[in-house]
Amino acid sequence: MNEAQETVIEFRRVSFRLANEHLLLSDLSLSVRRGETLTLLGRSGSGKTTTLKLINRMLEPSTGEVRVEGRSTLDWDPIRLRRSIGYVIQEAGLFPHFTVERNIGLVPQLERWAPEKIRARVHEMLALVGLPPERFLSRYPRELSGGQRQRVGVARALAGDPPFLLMDEPFGALDPLTRVEIQREFRALQERLKKTIVFVTHDVREALLLGTRIALLEEGRLVGIYTPGEFLHAPDPIAATYVAAYRAGDANSNL
Amino acid sequence: MSTLSFFIKNQGQILQLTLEHLWLVGSSMLLAIAVGLPLGILLTRRRALSKPVIGAANIVQTIPSLALFGFLLPAPWLGERADRLAITALTLYALLPVIRNTYTGILGVDPGVREAARGMGMTDGQVLFQVELPLAMGVILAGVRVATVITVGVATIAAAIGAGGLGEFIFRGVAMVDNRVILAGAIPAALLALLLDLLLGLVERKLTYAH
Ligand SMILES: Nc1ncnc2c1ncn2[C@@H]1O[C@H](COP(=O)(O)OP(=O)(O)OP(=O)(O)O)[C@@H](O)[C@H]1O
Ligand SMILES: [Mg+2]
Repeated sequence: MNEAQETVIEFRRVSFRLANEHLLLSDLSLSVRRGETLTLLGRSGSGKTTTLKLINRMLEPSTGEVRVEGRSTLDWDPIRLRRSIGYVIQEAGLFPHFTVERNIGLVPQLERWAPEKIRARVHEMLALVGLPPERFLSRYPRELSGGQRQRVGVARALAGDPPFLLMDEPFGALDPLTRVEIQREFRALQERLKKTIVFVTHDVREALLLGTRIALLEEGRLVGIYTPGEFLHAPDPIAATYVAAYRAGDANSNL
Repeated sequence: MSTLSFFIKNQGQILQLTLEHLWLVGSSMLLAIAVGLPLGILLTRRRALSKPVIGAANIVQTIPSLALFGFLLPAPWLGERADRLAITALTLYALLPVIRNTYTGILGVDPGVREAARGMGMTDGQVLFQVELPLAMGVILAGVRVATVITVGVATIAAAIGAGGLGEFIFRGVAMVDNRVILAGAIPAALLALLLDLLLGLVERKLTYAH
């Protein structure tokens, strides 16, 4: 099989229900290829975060299985699995009692890297997300703006150099201008880092801009998987609704 | 003789009883933390147990202290020595604030932060020691402070069963109807409570992340 086509994350007929029997995801099958960025698009409550959490085994499927690198997540040691998957949490989820430096250096510290190596890595990551290290290293999360927090969240997820990245609306809290800016930076980063990324968003524009493919979710079901080109002409009525919204947004911004 | 000169004349004994008092308070607080902290943590992991355990600790606190000393008196190993008995009773009193604050402190940690910790690949122990306990530390130490102040007060009653401490002066003063003697116990006890509260306040500020 072609290296670029190799499936590294796979959902096989996965459903997830809560203890109270409420079904959050039903019969979800999809695969993510090495090096690609799959965007999960769907409205609030459609099951995007739930899907991400099944990948790093924060949740376990009720039926079906999720495979990472060809192995069911249930066969992975959850700690090992999570340390090889960078996780950018919705609303950043930084540790309020750690400085930016300790937040970013967390996974390297858990992995017992040498202190000098951690320091160097933290500097590198801060520079990567566009925050001057000398100004930010010793700050606490409460001393950062929302956008800076999200950048630190991205830096933290990348610090352990994991092959996979799960990003849950990482740019959600940003104003439109900064958002476009950070999206552009992120694209450049993607090209350089070549990670396998699952990126959650409810913003069509973002899904189209960042995704090599787009998985559309609606009420816990997969509507379809499309390349950006396919998505714009998808016959499915739900996809069409998104496309219409996207074009309307475009028209507005051209006024 | 004025109260002050009475104090000066008896300073040796005041000092000795203060040290005894400190021994009662210190050892029962250490025991209460050694038992209450792990127990509070356990309750956050087995929440079904929290109602009965905290309820039981609550009931212990409602028992009048003198009665609690009395109840423990016939206990085999405890009843042999008065200070052993007193320390046990004081520990039981101090337990509730320690358990309750540990429990509520940890449950009060932002679930998003706990989730992030697990998602980064922290083990249960790392989540507890690196995230939950540091973030709950302010609340836990507030419980320790309350317990300490309560214990300093209740420990004066330990003198009634011969466990010593500043209560000796108070009981003696009441019997002699001599305010100077009562004050020789009451003032150092009050100062001790204030001092310990102050010290623990400093520790709290040192160990709590948000100043
Ligand atoms: N632990 C839970 N208990 C009850 N309901 C839950 C739980 N977790 C998720 N849900 C529900 O499951 C559905 C899907 O949740 P999920 O977080 O995956 O949505 P989402 O697509 O990420 O939404 P958003 O864009 O708002 O973040 C929602 O209706 C949510 O209310
Ligand atoms: Mg979500």
